[in-house]
Amino acid sequence: MRWGRIRAIAVKETIQIRRDTRSLIIALFMPFMQMILLGYGVSLDIKHLPVCVYDREGSQNSQALLKHFQASEYFSIVAVLKNYREAKAALDSDRCRIVITIPHDFSQKLSDSGGSTVQVLADASDDNTANIAIGYAQSVVNGFAGNLAVAAQGFGGSPAMQNQGVDLEERVWYNEDLDSRNYIIPGVVALIMALVGALLTSLTISREWERGTMELLISTPVQPSEVMLGKLLPYFAIGMLDAVFCLVFSVFWFHVPFRGSLFALFLTTSLFLVVVLGVGFLISAAIKSQVGASQIAVLVTLLPTSLLSGYAFPIDQMPTLVQGVTYVVFARYYVTILKSLFLKGSGLEDLARPVLAMGIYALVVAFLAGRAFKKRLD
Amino acid sequence: MTPEPGPMVEAKNLVKHFPGVFAVKELSFSVGKGEIFGLAGPDGAGKTTVIRLLAGVMPPDSGTATIDGIDVVRDPEMARQHLSYMPQRFGLYEDLTVDENVRFYADIFEVPVALRDQRIGPLLTSFGMEPFRKRLAGQLSGGMKQKLGLVCALIHTPKILLLDEPTTGVDPVSRRDFWKILYGLREEGVTILISTAYLEEAERCTRLALFHQGTMAYCDTPANLKAKMPGKLLNIASTESREIQKRIQSLEGISGALLMGDHVHVAVDDDQKRIPEITRALSEAGLPFDPVTVTEPTMEDLFLALLKTKRTSP
Repeated sequence: MRWGRIRAIAVKETIQIRRDTRSLIIALFMPFMQMILLGYGVSLDIKHLPVCVYDREGSQNSQALLKHFQASEYFSIVAVLKNYREAKAALDSDRCRIVITIPHDFSQKLSDSGGSTVQVLADASDDNTANIAIGYAQSVVNGFAGNLAVAAQGFGGSPAMQNQGVDLEERVWYNEDLDSRNYIIPGVVALIMALVGALLTSLTISREWERGTMELLISTPVQPSEVMLGKLLPYFAIGMLDAVFCLVFSVFWFHVPFRGSLFALFLTTSLFLVVVLGVGFLISAAIKSQVGASQIAVLVTLLPTSLLSGYAFPIDQMPTLVQGVTYVVFARYYVTILKSLFLKGSGLEDLARPVLAMGIYALVVAFLAGRAFKKRLD
Repeated sequence: MTPEPGPMVEAKNLVKHFPGVFAVKELSFSVGKGEIFGLAGPDGAGKTTVIRLLAGVMPPDSGTATIDGIDVVRDPEMARQHLSYMPQRFGLYEDLTVDENVRFYADIFEVPVALRDQRIGPLLTSFGMEPFRKRLAGQLSGGMKQKLGLVCALIHTPKILLLDEPTTGVDPVSRRDFWKILYGLREEGVTILISTAYLEEAERCTRLALFHQGTMAYCDTPANLKAKMPGKLLNIASTESREIQKRIQSLEGISGALLMGDHVHVAVDDDQKRIPEITRALSEAGLPFDPVTVTEPTMEDLFLALLKTKRTSP
């Protein structure tokens, strides 16, 4: 392997990237767009959920409780109902996601037995939202009086969710505000790096075949591994640049805390880049058209990364079989690492397992990529 | 005592077939130092495949090819140090400038930087490309592109040039310039293997191989090839050349008639005997024509005539 030839390829590739608008857009503009879109667009928080109330008592107590709901940022009361038929209609027509029903003996039970019940009817066709809404309702009711219970009933989706009647004192670690953005953004960074890295390199070999420059290149003494290294070096630099951009954007724009070490981030990001660039290169060497190669690149990075990396959907909630599949998804390890680095401030020693897994992945991919492209015409 | 100089390019029993067709069948030939060896023949005759096999970009099914004594199949990287290959399709980077392309190929062949910069200027100047150094290769004319290809091929001073139809689609003036350069290189001792579809160009080669369906039908100097042509060639100039070409085919002793604008070239077995016959036949048909003369065959006549005898002989 000769450094002179690697450098020649790298210089040539850099000039080509600089003169290719499409590559520049993918390299520089796409990370920005995705950061904005996914950073703002994807949120698992529920705020200002539309609520209808059916106050069967109409007392001072019941009104005070409803004021609590109104004051909470989680709910906004959109209508006051007069009977159960209206409640059902409101849920059916999507006017609201939950209906809060205060029984006619609310105040009396509260003073008699020291405990009363409020009924929550939830639209559980989206059971995730229903669960969260019931949880929030519970906390609002608790805030009003410790001895109130919520009797929840779900519609449409999973079986009714019952409140256990146990008071929990919660203390949340790592993401104290329970802001789902803090949880999502590190995953978005992984998603961007995977997509940009694989997409850019997926074009690099197929472009040479398509433009007819490959035939001349393979008639020279250049080695396949030199071609690979020379071509990947500029993209590695771009990937690192994008990583820095994503970090700065996450911390200073979205105010996601970064608690880990920059060295650990640099090291793990390098490993991840080797994997994604190598995967892109493998695709490019296998598929000789640029369009085909870029489509495959999107397919093998975007889909698994967004669905199976645990970036938004927790892996331990997946069926066992699917959990097994996630071990093949290389972004899984990087997402785990990024979340720990951003939120937990873990050190490299805490992340030994995912880092090791990614290291092995990088070695295998680099080995395959070095031999992927054959210096011959078919 | 210096060893006997071996052939610069040698092919032995080369075979290459693609699904359904034999592109090259049992091909053997050798090219000596300083030759301009031409490969001529119709499209699909196997010229491109032969050059690709020699350049080591495509492995043969069987047989061997050597470049300056180095086995291309077994040691392709070593062989590549000594040769330059110019594919039929423009193979340089259109989004790189003239300078950037030349520098890239110099660096790929590990030409030392000082030597590289020393060579680029004079090379580009001698090719008349000095004013275009900063121009993108994609914005050059067809002839300029081919010259740039040659500059890139020459930057590491190869011993052997493999050129696959370098002048196809290039205007006649540029084509002549291109050949001047090739002659200059030959003077310097570079061995050149060139394929061409232009038969008048083939005449400029020191030796010429005529390809037909994957085999080398003939291989000799252009002069010897012409001498091999059986019979004589007659020239008939006429405003009704097309009609003459049609009618004359059926006459006795005529092996072929080739339409060339307002001339017809007619291959005959014996000029003394056939000229009066043809003159009579055409006069009786009432066609206008100038007196029939004996003429020198062009490569095209030669090619057709030679292939015809090849096919009819057992």
